[in-house]
Amino acid sequence: MDILIYGIINSFSLALMAIGFTLVYGISRLPNFAHGALYVITGFGVWWFVHKLHLNYLASILLALVLMGLIGAAIYRFILIRVRGMATSEIIATYALGLAILEFLRWGGFKGMTYTLPVFIEGSVNIGGVPVDFQRIIVIGIGIVVVSFMWLFTHFNRTGLALRGMAQDEHAAMMLGIDSDRMAVIAMAMGSILAGLSAIVLLPLGNIVVEAGYNVLILSIAVCIVGGLGSWVGAILAAFMIGFLQIITVAYIQSHFQMVVALLAIIVTLILRPSGFFGKQKELEERV
Amino acid sequence: MSGENILEVTDVCKSFGGVQALLNVSFTIQQGDVFGIIGPNGSGKTTLINCITGFIKMNSGKILYKGKDISYKAPNQIANLGLTRTFQIMRPYYSLPAYKNLIIPLFSPRARRKGGWRGGGKLGDRGTVSIDILEEIGFERDSFVPYKLASSLPTGYLKRLELARCLALGPDLILCDEVFSGLSMSEIASMVPLIEKLQMDGITLVMIEHRLRELFRVASRVMVLNFGEKLTEGIPEEVMQDERVKEAYLGSEKLLDYKFEA
Amino acid sequence: MDKVERRKERIDRGIKVRTEGIYAVSSWQEVTYLVLPRLVLIVGLLLLPLIIPPLFGPYWKRVISYAAIYGLLALGFDFLAHFVGLVSLGGAFFIGVGGYTAAILNTSLGLSPLFTIPMATVGGAIICTLLLLPALPLRGVYFAIVTLMYPLALMRIIEALNIFGGTDGILGVAGFPNTWIEQYLIILIVIFALFGLRRLVNEDIGLVFRGVKDNDQSVRASGLSITLYKAIAVFIASGLGCLGGAYLAHIYMWSGISQFALDFSVIPIAATVIGGGGTLVGPLLGCFFLVPISEWLRTFGTLRIVFYSVILMAFIMFRSEGVMVFAQRKYHQFQRWVKV
Repeated sequence: MDILIYGIINSFSLALMAIGFTLVYGISRLPNFAHGALYVITGFGVWWFVHKLHLNYLASILLALVLMGLIGAAIYRFILIRVRGMATSEIIATYALGLAILEFLRWGGFKGMTYTLPVFIEGSVNIGGVPVDFQRIIVIGIGIVVVSFMWLFTHFNRTGLALRGMAQDEHAAMMLGIDSDRMAVIAMAMGSILAGLSAIVLLPLGNIVVEAGYNVLILSIAVCIVGGLGSWVGAILAAFMIGFLQIITVAYIQSHFQMVVALLAIIVTLILRPSGFFGKQKELEERV
Repeated sequence: MSGENILEVTDVCKSFGGVQALLNVSFTIQQGDVFGIIGPNGSGKTTLINCITGFIKMNSGKILYKGKDISYKAPNQIANLGLTRTFQIMRPYYSLPAYKNLIIPLFSPRARRKGGWRGGGKLGDRGTVSIDILEEIGFERDSFVPYKLASSLPTGYLKRLELARCLALGPDLILCDEVFSGLSMSEIASMVPLIEKLQMDGITLVMIEHRLRELFRVASRVMVLNFGEKLTEGIPEEVMQDERVKEAYLGSEKLLDYKFEA
Repeated sequence: MDKVERRKERIDRGIKVRTEGIYAVSSWQEVTYLVLPRLVLIVGLLLLPLIIPPLFGPYWKRVISYAAIYGLLALGFDFLAHFVGLVSLGGAFFIGVGGYTAAILNTSLGLSPLFTIPMATVGGAIICTLLLLPALPLRGVYFAIVTLMYPLALMRIIEALNIFGGTDGILGVAGFPNTWIEQYLIILIVIFALFGLRRLVNEDIGLVFRGVKDNDQSVRASGLSITLYKAIAVFIASGLGCLGGAYLAHIYMWSGISQFALDFSVIPIAATVIGGGGTLVGPLLGCFFLVPISEWLRTFGTLRIVFYSVILMAFIMFRSEGVMVFAQRKYHQFQRWVKV
């Protein structure tokens, strides 16, 4: 029973982390290796707003999210737009950016001392004999909200539909008058906001550490590859698969194996079904 | 040897999302033939070649090459069996001399089998073999043409270079994707003897073409594709008289009759 | 009034054209033109350990060796990225595998560095190639992701499972019998690696690699398996990296998870971008430039990684061609303004 509950919680956590990455890749074919860095920087940002600027918690969160959106847009507008189209350089640029941010935070003294964010609601509840923090339930709740919002947004909102069009076929979308660069800016902004949102919801469960940046990056990539790079539905399903696999290994083998599970999942997927188990992507080799 | 079925294509279907590119296309080719595939733009000719040569996985269908099932094999495996193709949009290595462009196919297992481990066989190293192949294909041997950078060669020579790339593999069948396109009348006039020479060497040719007059000079049988389906097949004269074919292209009788009279 | 429009024109220098054929040996001037750059490079590298430490202190002996090891990684990166089309984001992966393999061979089997280094090079290369194999038939971004991931994941796995010495690492690895050997062996290795790779990319097989990068559909249609040739290239590059890692283990006399550190991943990339991608010698010189700066910056902690990352991004963003590409162009060509 507790496997079921923890499994669901873990899966939603992974889904929240991964959805920002898969969004940006799906729309603009940009692998945003700075995703983990954006996660961590949101956490520190909120902490700084709350403790140094003494803002209200909710205000800090909203401010941080808005800032993340702006930062994401800026990253595209000033950095990525210059290397657009050159796959090698795109990868190196986002990777270097992510490193610069994370290592800067590490140097800036954000280590050693424990930085934490308070949970939203104190206390826990008993579900089927398993004690569950309210915060973890909030994780599930926010997860459901985000997924529903994404679905509604991309099906009923004009911009959302434009984003979906870009994801399916860039050239066709451009011919219909949809501006590829504008969509990429929006995608990066949304991806960053989602990264920040996942940080805000997940970080109260532990400390804010720079290492989390790298962990989140690895986990998000694992989920996205298993689910199919660029497929939002695939990412969510894959998050569940990996989420449950991790919890099962914790229960029956050892808790240290979580990373191994992620690594193995990537390798097995690449060998068996490179385009992802759940994705609806075109076959990878299909271009002449 | 002539007369055996070298290529049997049965019920090939391929759709991209909602678009049906190929629907139940079937045909058979005899060894030593020159077989033409024609049809208006967008009829699925290039998709068909891609499916046969393994660059695209078809949804269903069967392809037999010399009796072997090659339906879902990888492109390099198919090339190594002797079924080669040219590309419509050529991208030779512009910064390299013409003969160096042929070094790559000489690395293939098939070329190595025929010419020894270094792909050179009795004739020596790969460079020498390349020059020989280029001479076969019409580059003047003693001139500096084979040594010119590929970027400075005119289209006619580039097309020959593509064919040379196929020849380096010692193929039994070459699928030519629009070799006549982009050439001037005189360049085409000099290509036709080359096609005939390849046929005399025993190589089966499948030619996808838009230049019908030139194609009909060399092809013995022709197949027409329209919107991914096979319209008809037969000798050129019969096919061009077919009403459906005329409709598919232009609908104008006059134009088609004129084309054929030459 | 007509505006005089002008454009830049680049023309090969006379001496370059004259040296293109066999007649280059006909005059001392021309032979010098060809040989000088290479000679300066080799002599410079060989003289380095004799000049620097007396001037700056014995600590810098080690720094030269580190620069050489990073140089091996940078050569591997440049080769893979600009001659085969694969971006390797995890140089640390090769160093780590090479280092651990050598350390294990040394401490468990008692083999001396004379044996462990070659064995770690080849064995490590095999391990790395096998682990990277799943990503090879796929689009380039997958290779980048997998190389990024392996050092990070392996670091965490070793730590968590406490295997191979866990966080402490493997201690008691043998060192080199003689400091001069330690100093000069790696420099000789680097010189051989540079000229060896240069030779390789100009050989026939180098053409196949370039084909894989530029025109892989044509290579497939010519009967070659892309995966096989990518694997060969990865084997060569990872061999270089594992060699460096094994050497490092014997210099430190220890092997631990810090061998998966980010420096090993970032500096080769930065060195390549700054030094000039595609030239092979550019990344090497870039390392000899960046590594001393990196050591000097160690006092600032991880800020040095921020430093390279930012410079790296700046170079990429502004599409700089790199120092060696610029230098080679200047050496071979001159440019002037021409009326249109």
